[in-house]
Amino acid sequence: MRIFEDAGRETIGFFEYVGGVAELLGDATHFIGRFAVRGKETFDQAYLLGVNSWTIVLLTALFTGAVISLESAVQAVRYGFSAFVGSAVAYGTVRELGPMLTAVVVAGRAGAAIAAELGSMVVTEQVEALEALGLSPTRMLVVPRLIALVIMLPLLTIFAEIVAIIGGMWVAYGTAHIPFDSFLDSARQVEFLDVIKGLGKTVVFAIIIVMIGTYQGFRTTGGAAGVGKSTTSAVVTAIILIFLFNFMLSFVLFGG
Amino acid sequence: MAKRLLAKLEDVSLSFGEKIVLQHCTLEIIEDAITCVIGLSGAGKSTILRLLNGLRKPDSGRVIVHDVDISTLSPRDLIDFRRSIGFSFQFAALFDSLTIFENIALPLREHTRLKEDEIRTQVHSALEGVGLAGVEDRMPAELSGGMIKRAGFARAIITSPKLVLYDEPTTGLDPIITHLLTETIIRLRERLKGTAVVVSHDLESIYHMADYVAMLFEGAIIAYGTVGELRKSYNPIVQQFLQGSEVGPIPVG
Repeated sequence: MRIFEDAGRETIGFFEYVGGVAELLGDATHFIGRFAVRGKETFDQAYLLGVNSWTIVLLTALFTGAVISLESAVQAVRYGFSAFVGSAVAYGTVRELGPMLTAVVVAGRAGAAIAAELGSMVVTEQVEALEALGLSPTRMLVVPRLIALVIMLPLLTIFAEIVAIIGGMWVAYGTAHIPFDSFLDSARQVEFLDVIKGLGKTVVFAIIIVMIGTYQGFRTTGGAAGVGKSTTSAVVTAIILIFLFNFMLSFVLFGG
Repeated sequence: MAKRLLAKLEDVSLSFGEKIVLQHCTLEIIEDAITCVIGLSGAGKSTILRLLNGLRKPDSGRVIVHDVDISTLSPRDLIDFRRSIGFSFQFAALFDSLTIFENIALPLREHTRLKEDEIRTQVHSALEGVGLAGVEDRMPAELSGGMIKRAGFARAIITSPKLVLYDEPTTGLDPIITHLLTETIIRLRERLKGTAVVVSHDLESIYHMADYVAMLFEGAIIAYGTVGELRKSYNPIVQQFLQGSEVGPIPVG
């Protein structure tokens, strides 16, 4: 019987979580629709969440592009497919790895920062203080972060994709002596629409990172330990959802 | 002159999970006066303040403020409603990423169309009113406990609300700062020509500032009156609490 009770509680908890995130997103959309957006705060968040993530995104993208190239270049040359290495790296980067890895890295950095900051504000009664002052925590805290990351994540992804292709190009040259111009010619086979679709996915990922981070932050209870728990939960949940949504969106956008 | 009611808790019950906080609790807040709510730690005193500004909703009963039953307001209407009530938190709850000036200016910037120089004048005047002139550019972490509380007072009264709620304003502070804060609450109420509800168990400051005192025990108001009336009360619970005695009907431990 205990198993059924636990399963029931978990199921209710799951739907409460989904409902809570959806309600928060609905509330944020309501304020965005009314243009009730705080410009300076949004700009500050774009800097904190986006610009401050560029080094970690750069390193991840550089080595990811390099490793795809490393794995494919030597084999491709051996079997006479060296003309395809550029497009293999570019396709993989633009359609899948660029958007997804950038989102995962940003979820680890910015998602954790959002949950930790809002969690600390909850336990020190600052969120309640906003409400007591007649200010909506959604408008003051969620909306700026949501708009900031929806703008910054695609920009970071474009940056990551360029860096990954450059990294791949150097490794292809270093390991298999594939010249830069033939690598780039091959890479140019990627269609512009693929880039747009890949970037479209990052908008969904940005919404996931911010909504999970803010919701988890708002649910924080129990002091410093609670903040730690919320932060871990926010990152883990966001990363799992990014993988899940990446698969579903790729299935829809690029065909099953 | 007949005393007018500004707010009322009417037969309010509230539980957090298994824990019953308030049970058929009724409390009247008289206009233009300071009402202090006393009671044991964890008795639900702060919850009464949160009910009065709609941060909590009762499980049953009504909370009426300015003739509005606030338990019926939607979350968005509640946010607007709270603008008419000042709230000073136990630990001030200043926004730690903002300067003292930005903390106090926030309600004015968000709720009014005042120009920046007018905001600056009002913030300066509010800080002077709580004896904190000159700390505008400092961060909350740079202030002492008493200064933080006073900055919290300034933020609570910056929009000149007619009702100000103070949650444990003097807890954990030395006697001099306690006296200073008590005087500040009295002065601010006179300046706003409004009403204050103070939750505290600091008896000295309550005797000094309270027009009315309500004692909360086991989820209900068991005694209500002026300081003199309460001190003369025959209720053994009230007497044990006021005397700080371990002997009596209040379980210790």
